[in-house]
Amino acid sequence: MPIDLLGHLGRGVAVGLAQAGGAIILCLAVIALCRRFAVRVEREAVISLARGLVQMVGVGVVLALLLHGGLLVGALILLGMMFAAAVTAARRARNIQGALLVCFWSIAASSGVVIAAMIAMGTLETRIAMLVPVGSMIIANAMNACAQAAERFRADVASHVGQVEAGLALGADPAVTVAPYVQSAVYASLLPRLDMLKSLGLVWIPGVMAGMMVSGASPIYAGIYQFILVVMILTASGIAGLAVTLLLRTRAFSPAAQLILRGGEASAARQAAQGA
Amino acid sequence: MSVTTGLAASDCADHGHRNAAPRGSDAGTAAVAALTLETSRLSRAVAGKILLNDVSVLIPPGEITAVVGPSGAGKSTFLRLLNRLDEPTGGSVLLNGQDYRAVPPRTLRRRLGMVMQMAYLFPGTVAANIGFGPKQRDETMAAGQIAALLERVGLPGYQDRDVRTLSGGEAQRVSFARTLANAPEGLLLDEPTSALDEASVRGIEELLLGIVAEHRITCVIVTHNRPQAARIASRTMVLEAGRLVASGPTSEVLHAD
Repeated sequence: MPIDLLGHLGRGVAVGLAQAGGAIILCLAVIALCRRFAVRVEREAVISLARGLVQMVGVGVVLALLLHGGLLVGALILLGMMFAAAVTAARRARNIQGALLVCFWSIAASSGVVIAAMIAMGTLETRIAMLVPVGSMIIANAMNACAQAAERFRADVASHVGQVEAGLALGADPAVTVAPYVQSAVYASLLPRLDMLKSLGLVWIPGVMAGMMVSGASPIYAGIYQFILVVMILTASGIAGLAVTLLLRTRAFSPAAQLILRGGEASAARQAAQGA
Repeated sequence: MSVTTGLAASDCADHGHRNAAPRGSDAGTAAVAALTLETSRLSRAVAGKILLNDVSVLIPPGEITAVVGPSGAGKSTFLRLLNRLDEPTGGSVLLNGQDYRAVPPRTLRRRLGMVMQMAYLFPGTVAANIGFGPKQRDETMAAGQIAALLERVGLPGYQDRDVRTLSGGEAQRVSFARTLANAPEGLLLDEPTSALDEASVRGIEELLLGIVAEHRITCVIVTHNRPQAARIASRTMVLEAGRLVASGPTSEVLHAD
């Protein structure tokens, strides 16, 4: 393995770092321009650039080390990515108890089902070099859908407490009282992916297709493959958005059908008081 | 229907099942034995802050009891606990002697109807709003029942009106009718007239007095308006800083103040 790594280090890493340096300089120039217009993002941008470079080199090193690992190694890497994605998505639902677990199950279920389906259909090989990058795309989109759905559901319910409680006070099932907000949350989580599918090939040619063409694949097959990938991303997003919203819905109410999702500290205190 | 504006009343209407028989309509049932409400050391604290402290009170059946007190006294908390929209952290509520935790929350809330400070009508028509409660039990109100109920609350012919076109007073009357459509044995009202003009206030008061007299509904009304309590309530309880400081016939309690 160390020999593999040295081999990879020898192949154009220095060139890559030099090219990254060029990209960073261009980006810093834009940040300097922004500063002239009192848009002060230099600190955040520099940190983000440094983090991004270190993280991507780190991922490259890990992949280089594990390139010949089996399916189990690949699955463990994806599992770690799912957990990291859940931590990020759960920040959008931090007023809800158990949000991390809810996000993890939603992301794991959605990306797990889609990755397994792609492997079963033969559109995804189990080689780490393919499984991890493609799997990460699925997971990242599931994470975004999960976060968007969670945020929308939380915000909608918190801003319609009166109507939800009016429904409860009339003897409605809690699920009925938040049904409109479940719909809007799932729709909001799908919208960016639907737009992505609509604009595919017209507005943007995604990276996978470009990469496949660069490495000599037929442009037509590369296009079809990219379409399959975007459809699978949409599928994973749908499952993630729906799963997280339905799981959050159950946590929005106490066992006695009392609304406990209200936003802010009041929500946490209410959850504690109602033993939810 | 906008999915972001709340429950759509139209989602809940017009699929034929059993017919509802609202107590407050001409088609309603005959009066049943009025509900006796009793709280036993009822308390609620949130994050260490005591909102209601050891309130024990008997609310007599078929009468209007007013809950008065300054802002932050725990009046709304008391009402929300009666409807179990919040959970007591101590004590309980008895319905005809039965601990209300033994009653499924949805059944409890149908039996104890609640009218809130704001009408919170669901997007759609007036008729669909009124049919919402029965719809939750797979019951459908006949058009005649809805018309009779609307007439009773002073809004004849309003069935097909979009709720967005109603004034504040009209919306609160629809909210009343919507609660009555569930044929409740008790009515909990949380400052239902605080956002209305004087004429609407008097109209709602007359409506409430009429309905309670006709149907012997046990009624608890939270109000910061003591003259209103004097006009409509036979009994009054006074809350201060979460504690019950006085309770009894309205004339005695308000006079003692």
